[in-house]
Amino acid sequence: MNSANGLLVIMLTLVVALWLSIVPLPLWAQWGRPEFVAMVLLYWMMALPERIGIGWAWLLGLVQDVVEGSVFGEHALALAVLAYLILILYQRMRMFTPLQQAAVIFLFIGLHQLLCNWVQALDGNSSSNLLFLLPALISALLWPLLALLLRVLRRSYFVR
Amino acid sequence: MLATGAGAVIKPLFVKGPSIGARLLVLSLLSLLLIFAGQRYHWLELFEAKASVIAAPFYWMADAPARLLRWGGDSAQSRAQLVEENAQMRVETLLLRGKAQRLASLEAENVRLRELLNSSALLDDSVLVAELISVSPNPLQHQIVINKGASEGLYIGQPIIDALGLMGQIIEVGPLHSRALLITDASHALPVQINRNGVRSIAEGTGLLHELVLRHVAASTDIRVGDILVSSGLGQRFPVGYPVAVVTEVTLDPGQPFATVKAAPSAALNRSRHVLLVFSHQERAER
Repeated sequence: MNSANGLLVIMLTLVVALWLSIVPLPLWAQWGRPEFVAMVLLYWMMALPERIGIGWAWLLGLVQDVVEGSVFGEHALALAVLAYLILILYQRMRMFTPLQQAAVIFLFIGLHQLLCNWVQALDGNSSSNLLFLLPALISALLWPLLALLLRVLRRSYFVR
Repeated sequence: MLATGAGAVIKPLFVKGPSIGARLLVLSLLSLLLIFAGQRYHWLELFEAKASVIAAPFYWMADAPARLLRWGGDSAQSRAQLVEENAQMRVETLLLRGKAQRLASLEAENVRLRELLNSSALLDDSVLVAELISVSPNPLQHQIVINKGASEGLYIGQPIIDALGLMGQIIEVGPLHSRALLITDASHALPVQINRNGVRSIAEGTGLLHELVLRHVAASTDIRVGDILVSSGLGQRFPVGYPVAVVTEVTLDPGQPFATVKAAPSAALNRSRHVLLVFSHQERAER
Protein backbone atom coordinates (compact mmCIF):
# COMPACT_ATOMS: atom_id res chain seq x y z
CA MET A 1 0.00 0.00 0.00
CA ASN A 2 1.14 3.56 -0.54
CA SER A 3 1.85 6.25 2.01
CA ALA A 4 -1.46 8.03 1.48
CA ASN A 5 -3.19 4.91 2.69
CA GLY A 6 -1.07 4.95 5.83
CA LEU A 7 -2.05 8.55 6.45
CA LEU A 8 -5.71 7.55 6.30
CA VAL A 9 -5.18 4.95 9.04
CA ILE A 10 -3.42 7.47 11.28
CA MET A 11 -6.18 10.04 10.72
CA LEU A 12 -8.88 7.49 11.41
CA THR A 13 -7.36 6.39 14.73
CA LEU A 14 -7.02 10.04 15.77
CA VAL A 15 -10.66 10.73 14.86
CA VAL A 16 -11.77 7.76 16.94
CA ALA A 17 -9.61 9.02 19.83
CA LEU A 18 -11.22 12.48 19.55
CA TRP A 19 -14.63 10.86 19.58
CA LEU A 20 -13.73 8.88 22.70
CA SER A 21 -12.63 12.11 24.35
CA ILE A 22 -16.17 13.52 24.29
CA VAL A 23 -18.32 10.39 24.44
CA PRO A 24 -20.58 10.78 27.51
CA LEU A 25 -19.54 8.85 30.61
CA PRO A 26 -21.58 8.08 33.73
CA LEU A 27 -21.04 10.47 36.61
CA TRP A 28 -18.82 8.10 38.62
CA ALA A 29 -16.41 7.59 35.73
CA GLN A 30 -16.07 11.23 34.73
CA TRP A 31 -12.80 11.91 36.51
CA GLY A 32 -11.12 8.83 35.10
CA ARG A 33 -11.54 9.41 31.35
CA PRO A 34 -8.33 8.11 29.68
CA GLU A 35 -6.52 10.61 27.46
CA PHE A 36 -6.99 8.68 24.23
CA VAL A 37 -5.90 11.51 21.95
CA ALA A 38 -2.56 11.91 23.72
CA MET A 39 -2.02 8.14 23.85
CA VAL A 40 -2.73 7.54 20.16
CA LEU A 41 -0.52 10.49 19.23
CA LEU A 42 2.29 9.14 21.43
CA TYR A 43 2.02 5.74 19.79
CA TRP A 44 2.26 7.09 16.25
CA MET A 45 5.11 9.40 17.17
CA MET A 46 6.98 6.52 18.76
CA ALA A 47 6.43 4.33 15.71
CA LEU A 48 6.96 6.98 13.00
CA PRO A 49 8.91 9.87 14.55
CA GLU A 50 10.21 11.06 11.18
CA ARG A 51 6.67 11.41 9.85
CA ILE A 52 4.72 12.98 12.66
CA GLY A 53 6.32 15.94 14.34
CA ILE A 54 5.59 18.57 16.94
CA GLY A 55 3.59 20.67 14.49
CA TRP A 56 1.15 17.81 13.96
CA ALA A 57 0.76 17.38 17.69
CA TRP A 58 0.10 21.08 18.11
CA LEU A 59 -2.56 21.17 15.39
CA LEU A 60 -4.20 18.05 16.83
CA GLY A 61 -4.28 19.81 20.21
CA LEU A 62 -6.09 22.78 18.66
CA VAL A 63 -8.69 20.44 17.13
CA GLN A 64 -9.13 18.74 20.49
CA ASP A 65 -9.63 22.14 22.13
CA VAL A 66 -12.39 23.01 19.67
CA VAL A 67 -14.07 19.61 20.03
CA GLU A 68 -13.89 19.53 23.83
CA GLY A 69 -14.64 23.23 24.23
CA SER A 70 -11.65 23.71 26.51
CA VAL A 71 -9.49 26.81 26.60
CA PHE A 72 -8.19 27.45 23.07
CA GLY A 73 -4.51 26.44 23.14
CA GLU A 74 -4.70 24.24 26.25
CA HIS A 75 -4.31 20.82 24.65
CA ALA A 76 -2.14 22.31 21.90
CA LEU A 77 0.43 23.26 24.53
CA ALA A 78 0.21 19.94 26.38
CA LEU A 79 0.47 17.80 23.23
CA ALA A 80 3.38 19.86 21.85
CA VAL A 81 5.31 19.25 25.07
CA LEU A 82 4.52 15.52 24.98
CA ALA A 83 5.58 15.39 21.32
CA TYR A 84 8.92 16.98 22.20
CA LEU A 85 9.52 14.46 24.98
CA ILE A 86 8.62 11.44 22.85
CA LEU A 87 10.90 12.67 20.05
CA ILE A 88 13.75 12.63 22.55
CA LEU A 89 12.82 9.30 24.10
CA TYR A 90 11.33 7.20 21.28
CA GLN A 91 14.44 5.06 20.78
CA ARG A 92 14.45 4.04 24.43
CA MET A 93 10.68 3.61 24.48
CA ARG A 94 10.89 1.05 21.66
CA MET A 95 13.31 -1.04 23.72
CA PHE A 96 11.11 -1.01 26.82
CA THR A 97 8.83 -3.86 27.89
CA PRO A 98 5.09 -2.99 27.84
CA LEU A 99 5.20 -2.54 31.61
CA GLN A 100 8.08 -0.07 31.45
CA GLN A 101 6.34 1.76 28.61
CA ALA A 102 3.21 2.00 30.72
CA ALA A 103 5.25 3.59 33.53
CA VAL A 104 6.60 6.23 31.13
CA ILE A 105 3.08 6.83 29.77
CA PHE A 106 1.92 7.36 33.35
CA LEU A 107 4.45 10.16 33.71
CA PHE A 108 3.63 11.61 30.27
CA ILE A 109 -0.12 11.72 30.81
CA GLY A 110 0.44 13.03 34.33
CA LEU A 111 2.44 15.90 32.87
CA HIS A 112 -0.29 16.42 30.25
CA GLN A 113 -2.93 16.65 32.98
CA LEU A 114 -0.77 18.99 35.02
CA LEU A 115 -0.32 21.34 32.06
CA CYS A 116 -4.05 21.26 31.25
CA ASN A 117 -4.94 21.91 34.87
CA TRP A 118 -2.50 24.79 34.94
CA VAL A 119 -4.08 26.41 31.89
CA GLN A 120 -7.56 25.86 33.35
CA ALA A 121 -6.40 27.52 36.56
CA LEU A 122 -5.66 30.65 34.50
CA ASP A 123 -9.36 30.57 33.62
CA GLY A 124 -10.40 30.06 37.25
CA ASN A 125 -11.29 26.37 36.90
CA SER A 126 -8.50 24.64 38.78
CA SER A 127 -9.10 21.37 40.59
CA SER A 128 -9.08 21.50 44.38
CA ASN A 129 -7.83 17.92 44.75
CA LEU A 130 -5.54 15.53 42.90
CA LEU A 131 -8.36 13.66 41.15
CA PHE A 132 -7.37 15.28 37.86
CA LEU A 133 -4.31 12.96 37.84
CA LEU A 134 -6.50 9.84 37.79
CA PRO A 135 -6.54 9.71 33.94
CA ALA A 136 -2.75 9.21 34.05
CA LEU A 137 -3.19 5.95 35.97
CA ILE A 138 -6.06 4.71 33.79
CA SER A 139 -4.20 5.62 30.60
CA ALA A 140 -1.08 3.77 31.80
CA LEU A 141 -3.16 0.68 32.56
CA LEU A 142 -4.74 0.84 29.11
CA TRP A 143 -1.49 1.49 27.27
CA PRO A 144 -0.33 -2.12 26.65
CA LEU A 145 -3.69 -2.98 25.13
CA LEU A 146 -3.84 0.17 23.00
CA ALA A 147 -0.25 -0.23 21.80
CA LEU A 148 -0.96 -3.82 20.80
CA LEU A 149 -4.10 -2.80 18.92
CA LEU A 150 -2.37 0.04 17.09
CA ARG A 151 0.60 -2.21 16.25
CA VAL A 152 -1.71 -4.75 14.66
CA LEU A 153 -3.31 -1.91 12.67
CA ARG A 154 0.06 -0.53 11.65
CA ARG A 155 1.38 -3.92 10.52
CA SER A 156 -1.72 -4.98 8.64
CA TYR A 157 -2.10 -1.68 6.79
CA PHE A 158 1.66 -1.21 6.25
CA VAL A 159 1.75 2.24 7.75
CA ARG A 160 5.35 3.42 7.51
CA MET B 1 22.69 21.17 8.06
CA LEU B 2 23.46 19.82 4.59
CA ALA B 3 26.83 18.29 3.92
CA THR B 4 28.91 20.93 2.20
CA GLY B 5 31.07 20.60 -0.88
CA ALA B 6 30.67 18.59 -4.04
CA GLY B 7 29.78 15.32 -2.34
CA ALA B 8 26.39 16.49 -1.09
CA VAL B 9 24.60 13.39 -2.30
CA ILE B 10 23.74 12.08 1.15
CA LYS B 11 20.10 12.73 1.83
CA PRO B 12 19.67 14.65 5.08
CA LEU B 13 17.75 12.01 6.99
CA PHE B 14 17.64 13.49 10.45
CA VAL B 15 18.23 17.21 10.18
CA LYS B 16 15.27 19.01 8.65
CA GLY B 17 14.54 22.62 9.41
CA PRO B 18 14.80 23.95 12.94
CA SER B 19 15.59 21.59 15.83
CA ILE B 20 12.76 20.08 17.84
CA GLY B 21 13.67 22.26 20.81
CA ALA B 22 13.21 25.41 18.74
CA ARG B 23 9.94 24.09 17.35
CA LEU B 24 8.65 23.34 20.82
CA LEU B 25 9.64 26.82 21.98
CA VAL B 26 7.83 28.53 19.10
CA LEU B 27 4.71 26.37 19.33
CA SER B 28 4.37 26.61 23.11
CA LEU B 29 4.81 30.37 22.94
CA LEU B 30 2.11 30.40 20.25
CA SER B 31 -0.27 28.37 22.43
CA LEU B 32 0.38 30.60 25.44
CA LEU B 33 -0.37 33.56 23.19
CA LEU B 34 -3.65 31.91 22.14
CA ILE B 35 -4.55 31.17 25.78
CA PHE B 36 -3.97 34.76 26.87
CA ALA B 37 -5.61 36.23 23.76
CA GLY B 38 -8.64 34.02 24.40
CA GLN B 39 -9.05 35.61 27.80
CA ARG B 40 -8.77 39.16 26.57
CA TYR B 41 -9.99 39.51 23.01
CA HIS B 42 -13.38 38.85 21.56
CA TRP B 43 -12.27 37.97 18.04
CA LEU B 44 -10.67 34.71 19.13
CA GLU B 45 -13.94 33.58 20.67
CA LEU B 46 -15.70 34.38 17.41
CA PHE B 47 -13.09 32.38 15.52
CA GLU B 48 -13.49 29.42 17.87
CA ALA B 49 -17.26 29.58 17.46
CA LYS B 50 -16.85 29.43 13.67
CA ALA B 51 -14.28 26.64 13.96
CA SER B 52 -16.69 24.59 16.07
CA VAL B 53 -18.22 23.33 12.80
CA ILE B 54 -15.50 20.69 12.73
CA ALA B 55 -16.76 19.45 16.10
CA ALA B 56 -20.28 18.84 14.75
CA PRO B 57 -19.61 15.32 13.38
CA PHE B 58 -17.97 14.36 16.68
CA TYR B 59 -21.03 15.46 18.64
CA TRP B 60 -23.22 13.59 16.18
CA MET B 61 -21.14 10.44 16.66
CA ALA B 62 -20.96 10.78 20.43
CA ASP B 63 -24.72 11.17 20.59
CA ALA B 64 -25.41 8.28 18.21
CA PRO B 65 -25.58 5.43 20.79
CA ALA B 66 -28.12 7.33 22.90
CA ARG B 67 -30.17 8.16 19.79
CA LEU B 68 -30.09 4.54 18.66
CA LEU B 69 -31.27 3.38 22.08
CA ARG B 70 -34.16 5.83 22.08
CA TRP B 71 -35.11 4.91 18.54
CA GLY B 72 -35.02 1.24 19.50
CA GLY B 73 -37.14 1.91 22.55
CA ASP B 74 -39.67 3.90 20.53
CA SER B 75 -39.91 1.30 17.78
CA ALA B 76 -40.21 -1.64 20.11
CA GLN B 77 -43.17 -0.21 22.01
CA SER B 78 -46.41 -2.03 21.48
CA ARG B 79 -49.51 -0.36 20.13
CA ALA B 80 -51.30 -0.74 23.46
CA GLN B 81 -48.48 1.06 25.25
CA LEU B 82 -48.55 3.90 22.75
CA VAL B 83 -52.32 4.26 23.02
CA GLU B 84 -52.06 4.35 26.80
CA GLU B 85 -49.27 6.92 26.71
CA ASN B 86 -51.28 9.01 24.28
CA ALA B 87 -54.30 8.98 26.56
CA GLN B 88 -52.14 9.96 29.51
CA MET B 89 -50.68 12.88 27.60
CA ARG B 90 -54.13 14.03 26.55
CA VAL B 91 -55.21 14.17 30.18
CA GLU B 92 -52.03 16.04 31.08
CA THR B 93 -52.56 18.59 28.30
CA LEU B 94 -56.11 19.16 29.49
CA LEU B 95 -54.94 19.76 33.05
CA LEU B 96 -52.16 22.11 31.95
CA ARG B 97 -54.57 24.00 29.69
CA GLY B 98 -56.93 24.44 32.59
CA LYS B 99 -54.14 25.86 34.69
CA ALA B 100 -53.05 28.12 31.84
CA GLN B 101 -56.58 29.58 31.65
CA ARG B 102 -56.35 30.68 35.24
CA LEU B 103 -52.90 32.09 34.55
CA ALA B 104 -54.24 34.15 31.66
CA SER B 105 -56.81 35.88 33.86
CA LEU B 106 -54.20 36.39 36.58
CA GLU B 107 -51.84 37.89 34.05
CA ALA B 108 -54.52 40.29 32.80
CA GLU B 109 -55.25 41.28 36.38
CA ASN B 110 -51.54 41.79 37.02
CA VAL B 111 -51.24 44.07 33.99
CA ARG B 112 -54.24 46.13 35.17
CA LEU B 113 -52.76 46.49 38.65
CA ARG B 114 -49.40 47.48 37.22
CA GLU B 115 -51.12 50.09 35.07
CA LEU B 116 -52.78 51.44 38.19
CA LEU B 117 -49.36 51.66 39.82
CA ASN B 118 -47.89 53.24 36.68
CA SER B 119 -45.12 50.63 36.55
CA SER B 120 -43.97 48.98 33.38
CA ALA B 121 -45.62 45.75 32.36
CA LEU B 122 -43.88 42.42 32.36
CA LEU B 123 -43.00 41.32 28.87
CA ASP B 124 -43.94 37.98 27.52
CA ASP B 125 -41.05 35.79 26.45
CA SER B 126 -41.02 33.47 23.46
CA VAL B 127 -39.13 30.21 23.57
CA LEU B 128 -37.46 27.73 21.26
CA VAL B 129 -37.01 24.05 22.03
CA ALA B 130 -33.48 22.65 21.64
CA GLU B 131 -31.96 19.29 22.29
CA LEU B 132 -28.84 18.58 24.30
CA ILE B 133 -26.21 16.85 22.17
CA SER B 134 -23.13 16.82 24.36
CA VAL B 135 -21.84 17.66 27.82
CA SER B 136 -18.38 18.94 28.63
CA PRO B 137 -15.96 16.02 29.12
CA ASN B 138 -14.17 18.01 31.81
CA PRO B 139 -15.93 17.50 35.17
CA LEU B 140 -14.73 20.91 36.35
CA GLN B 141 -16.55 22.65 33.52
CA HIS B 142 -20.32 22.62 33.73
CA GLN B 143 -21.13 23.17 30.08
CA ILE B 144 -23.56 21.59 27.66
CA VAL B 145 -23.83 21.71 23.87
CA ILE B 146 -27.25 22.13 22.26
CA ASN B 147 -28.31 21.51 18.67
CA LYS B 148 -29.31 25.06 17.74
CA GLY B 149 -26.95 27.70 16.45
CA ALA B 150 -26.63 31.10 14.84
CA SER B 151 -29.08 30.18 12.08
CA GLU B 152 -31.89 30.03 14.66
CA GLY B 153 -31.02 33.48 15.95
CA LEU B 154 -29.34 32.47 19.18
CA TYR B 155 -27.14 35.05 20.87
CA ILE B 156 -24.49 35.08 23.56
CA GLY B 157 -25.99 35.54 27.00
CA GLN B 158 -29.33 33.98 26.05
CA PRO B 159 -30.94 32.20 29.02
CA ILE B 160 -31.86 28.53 28.78
CA ILE B 161 -34.42 26.82 30.98
CA ASP B 162 -35.93 23.38 31.33
CA ALA B 163 -39.36 22.33 32.56
CA LEU B 164 -38.38 22.92 36.20
CA GLY B 165 -36.24 26.02 36.27
CA LEU B 166 -33.38 28.12 34.98
CA MET B 167 -30.42 26.14 33.63
CA GLY B 168 -27.84 28.61 32.41
CA GLN B 169 -26.85 30.86 29.55
CA ILE B 170 -25.36 30.60 26.07
CA ILE B 171 -21.64 31.43 25.95
CA GLU B 172 -20.69 30.38 22.43
CA VAL B 173 -22.84 30.41 19.30
CA GLY B 174 -21.59 28.23 16.48
CA PRO B 175 -23.18 27.88 13.04
CA LEU B 176 -24.82 24.53 13.90
CA HIS B 177 -24.71 24.22 17.67
CA SER B 178 -24.09 26.33 20.73
CA ARG B 179 -22.41 25.93 24.06
CA ALA B 180 -24.10 26.91 27.31
CA LEU B 181 -22.71 27.49 30.78
CA LEU B 182 -24.79 26.00 33.60
CA ILE B 183 -25.62 28.00 36.72
CA THR B 184 -23.63 25.55 38.88
CA ASP B 185 -20.30 26.21 37.11
CA ALA B 186 -17.76 27.67 39.49
CA SER B 187 -17.40 30.74 37.29
CA HIS B 188 -21.13 31.51 37.13
CA ALA B 189 -23.26 33.77 39.32
CA LEU B 190 -26.72 35.23 38.84
CA PRO B 191 -28.88 37.75 40.65
CA VAL B 192 -31.85 36.16 42.43
CA GLN B 193 -34.54 37.14 44.87
CA ILE B 194 -36.52 35.20 47.42
CA ASN B 195 -39.99 34.58 46.03
CA ARG B 196 -41.63 34.98 49.46
CA ASN B 197 -40.40 38.46 50.35
CA GLY B 198 -38.32 39.79 47.46
CA VAL B 199 -34.99 39.90 49.28
CA ARG B 200 -32.25 40.13 46.66
CA SER B 201 -29.04 38.16 46.57
CA ILE B 202 -26.51 36.60 44.23
CA ALA B 203 -26.45 32.83 43.67
CA GLU B 204 -23.01 31.53 42.79
CA GLY B 205 -22.14 28.16 41.33
CA THR B 206 -19.80 25.97 43.32
CA GLY B 207 -18.71 23.41 40.74
CA LEU B 208 -21.06 20.86 42.33
CA LEU B 209 -24.09 19.91 40.27
CA HIS B 210 -26.55 20.08 43.16
CA GLU B 211 -25.42 23.15 45.05
CA LEU B 212 -25.46 26.94 44.75
CA VAL B 213 -24.32 29.32 47.47
CA LEU B 214 -25.64 32.77 48.31
CA ARG B 215 -22.75 35.03 49.22
CA HIS B 216 -22.83 37.93 51.66
CA VAL B 217 -26.25 37.30 53.14
CA ALA B 218 -26.51 39.39 56.30
CA ALA B 219 -27.25 37.35 59.44
CA SER B 220 -30.44 39.34 60.00
CA THR B 221 -31.88 38.52 56.54
CA ASP B 222 -35.26 36.81 56.51
CA ILE B 223 -34.37 33.60 54.70
CA ARG B 224 -35.48 30.07 55.57
CA VAL B 225 -34.93 26.54 54.39
CA GLY B 226 -37.47 25.82 51.62
CA ASP B 227 -37.56 29.37 50.28
CA ILE B 228 -37.81 29.49 46.50
CA LEU B 229 -35.25 31.65 44.74
CA VAL B 230 -36.32 33.19 41.43
CA SER B 231 -34.29 35.22 38.96
CA SER B 232 -34.58 38.91 39.82
CA GLY B 233 -33.89 40.35 36.38
CA LEU B 234 -31.17 42.60 37.72
CA GLY B 235 -28.04 42.41 35.61
CA GLN B 236 -30.32 42.31 32.53
CA ARG B 237 -29.21 38.85 31.50
CA PHE B 238 -31.97 36.62 32.82
CA PRO B 239 -35.67 37.54 32.63
CA VAL B 240 -37.58 38.07 35.86
CA GLY B 241 -39.34 35.31 37.71
CA TYR B 242 -37.91 32.01 36.56
CA PRO B 243 -37.34 29.59 39.46
CA VAL B 244 -33.63 29.07 40.10
CA ALA B 245 -33.19 27.10 43.30
CA VAL B 246 -34.65 26.08 46.65
CA VAL B 247 -32.82 27.01 49.85
CA THR B 248 -31.57 23.85 51.55
CA GLU B 249 -29.38 25.10 54.35
CA VAL B 250 -29.06 28.31 56.36
CA THR B 251 -26.25 28.37 58.91
CA LEU B 252 -25.90 31.28 61.29
CA ASP B 253 -22.47 31.27 62.90
CA PRO B 254 -22.04 34.15 65.37
CA GLY B 255 -18.32 34.21 64.58
CA GLN B 256 -18.94 34.88 60.90
CA PRO B 257 -20.02 38.22 59.45
CA PHE B 258 -22.46 36.59 57.03
CA ALA B 259 -24.83 33.63 57.08
CA THR B 260 -23.90 30.57 55.01
CA VAL B 261 -26.79 29.84 52.68
CA LYS B 262 -26.88 26.88 50.32
CA ALA B 263 -29.51 26.11 47.72
CA ALA B 264 -30.31 23.25 45.35
CA PRO B 265 -30.97 24.15 41.69
CA SER B 266 -34.57 23.57 40.59
CA ALA B 267 -33.67 22.58 37.03
CA ALA B 268 -32.70 18.97 36.34
CA LEU B 269 -29.21 20.02 35.29
CA ASN B 270 -27.85 16.53 34.70
CA ARG B 271 -31.00 14.91 33.39
CA SER B 272 -32.77 17.27 30.99
CA ARG B 273 -32.51 16.23 27.38
CA HIS B 274 -34.71 19.00 26.01
CA VAL B 275 -34.12 22.60 26.96
CA LEU B 276 -35.94 25.83 26.16
CA LEU B 277 -34.16 28.89 24.83
CA VAL B 278 -35.79 32.08 26.02
CA PHE B 279 -36.01 35.05 23.65
CA SER B 280 -36.89 38.17 25.50
CA HIS B 281 -38.61 40.77 23.32
CA GLN B 282 -36.11 43.39 24.23
CA GLU B 283 -33.28 41.35 22.71
CA ARG B 284 -35.40 40.66 19.63
CA ALA B 285 -36.02 44.33 19.15
CA GLU B 286 -32.32 45.08 19.32
CA ARG B 287 -31.45 42.67 16.54
